[in-house]
Amino acid sequence: MFDFLEGYDLLGAFWVTVQLTVYSAIGSLVWGTLLAAMRVSPVPVMRGFAAVYVNLMRNTPLTIVILFTSLGLNQTLGVTLAGGDQDSVLFRLAVLGLIAYTATFVCESLRAGINTVPMGQAEAARALGLSFPQVLALVVLPQAFRAVVAPLTNVLIALTKNTTVAATIGVAEAALLMKEMIEVESDAIFLVFSVFAFGFVVLTLPMGLLLGWVAKRVAVKR
Amino acid sequence: MKFRKSAALAATVLTLSLTATACGSGDDDGKIKIGIKYDQPGLGLKTPDGEFKGFDVDVATYVAKELGYKESDIEWVKAPTPERENMLSRGDVKFIAASYSITPERKEKVSFAGPYFLAHQDLLVRKDDNSFKDVKVLNDKKLCSVTGSTSAQNVQKKFAPKADLQQYPGYSQCLTGLENEAVDALTTDDSILAGYAAQKDHQGKFKLAGLNLSNENYGIGIKKGDKKLQADINKALEKMVKDGAWEKAVKDNFGPADYKYEPAPKITENS
Repeated sequence: MFDFLEGYDLLGAFWVTVQLTVYSAIGSLVWGTLLAAMRVSPVPVMRGFAAVYVNLMRNTPLTIVILFTSLGLNQTLGVTLAGGDQDSVLFRLAVLGLIAYTATFVCESLRAGINTVPMGQAEAARALGLSFPQVLALVVLPQAFRAVVAPLTNVLIALTKNTTVAATIGVAEAALLMKEMIEVESDAIFLVFSVFAFGFVVLTLPMGLLLGWVAKRVAVKR
Repeated sequence: MKFRKSAALAATVLTLSLTATACGSGDDDGKIKIGIKYDQPGLGLKTPDGEFKGFDVDVATYVAKELGYKESDIEWVKAPTPERENMLSRGDVKFIAASYSITPERKEKVSFAGPYFLAHQDLLVRKDDNSFKDVKVLNDKKLCSVTGSTSAQNVQKKFAPKADLQQYPGYSQCLTGLENEAVDALTTDDSILAGYAAQKDHQGKFKLAGLNLSNENYGIGIKKGDKKLQADINKALEKMVKDGAWEKAVKDNFGPADYKYEPAPKITENS
């Protein structure tokens, strides 16, 4: 029944999906945290920049963001992000696009988390003489992160599925292999779909269960 | 009693409408539904003002005429590559003429009539680029094709495993890269490439490399096992070649591309 899978590197394709997810998750966590810090900072220029960036980026379809990294940055402007062959360039471009997009959702989740930290905490910290970066890094953000583990899990799961958009510019991940298989194995088209759907369930379900458990453990009881 | 009657009537109407949708190929109202591509200049293209142009369209129109349908009875339906087999087995369309290569895997699900055209996988390169002499140079080149297409897989698995292959959702995106010298060649069937080269915006910019990398026999896809339709379409195709309409359709659609097309292939799909 599953003999149509022969000759295809299914695990390899899903491995690329995992790599895309991991790199983009780390990148968007960093960039998203910076954006959130900017959005609550006392400097108006930073607040303004972060607000414009977040609203612009999260309202742009991901397909367009990813396609732009390839057609705009790579083909027209010649950006290669440290060079190498086409495959690794495309992979990095896709990661760049995914980070730029996903970071906005991380930022907004985190900003919600910051709002759960009582005002008195920040005021007390400031009264102790801490500067704004210290207030944020030592007092507010550690509590904010613990409040938003569950929403961030949703962002991570969405990111995992969004990596399929990288097929748009030809990154050889799961969705691209699926397109190849649909082209050739036209007699087993629904089985092909099911295999890939199952693959994504295998990736995302444990993620949700594990992080759901973590969310319960670390939540700040107020 | 009255209720029963109306219920029975409703049931009849329902059954009738159900059967009507079940064989939705449109025989009942004198219309015929034909699947084509909407985005391949030269083969099947929907123009901005809603007209349909291309070689596949001309062939399909001719065949429909031979089957007894007027041009105004034809309803064009978009047939995307992954959907084609299902559209035929569900009966959404009577037949599909959409650069549909006859392959053993596809024949598991559908039958074909024809072939009506023999295309080869080839490369579209910039007009001033003369480096594409044989298949060996491909390994050092940057190529572009459509995500997951047979042409792209051929490059990766057969002709040039080491070539840098960029894949996009459509051929038009590749053309941007080809013009900007970000890629060296666009690869797919020469009939499709000729269509792009012959487009008004691109005339004089690109040319075909003429490498003939594979044989693609385009057939007309029909519901599996429909022998009568297959025989009728084959007869229509033979007539089209004989009375010169085939040659004219090729010239009309690929003319400006300087495309050396193959003579009409022999009909082989008749079992």
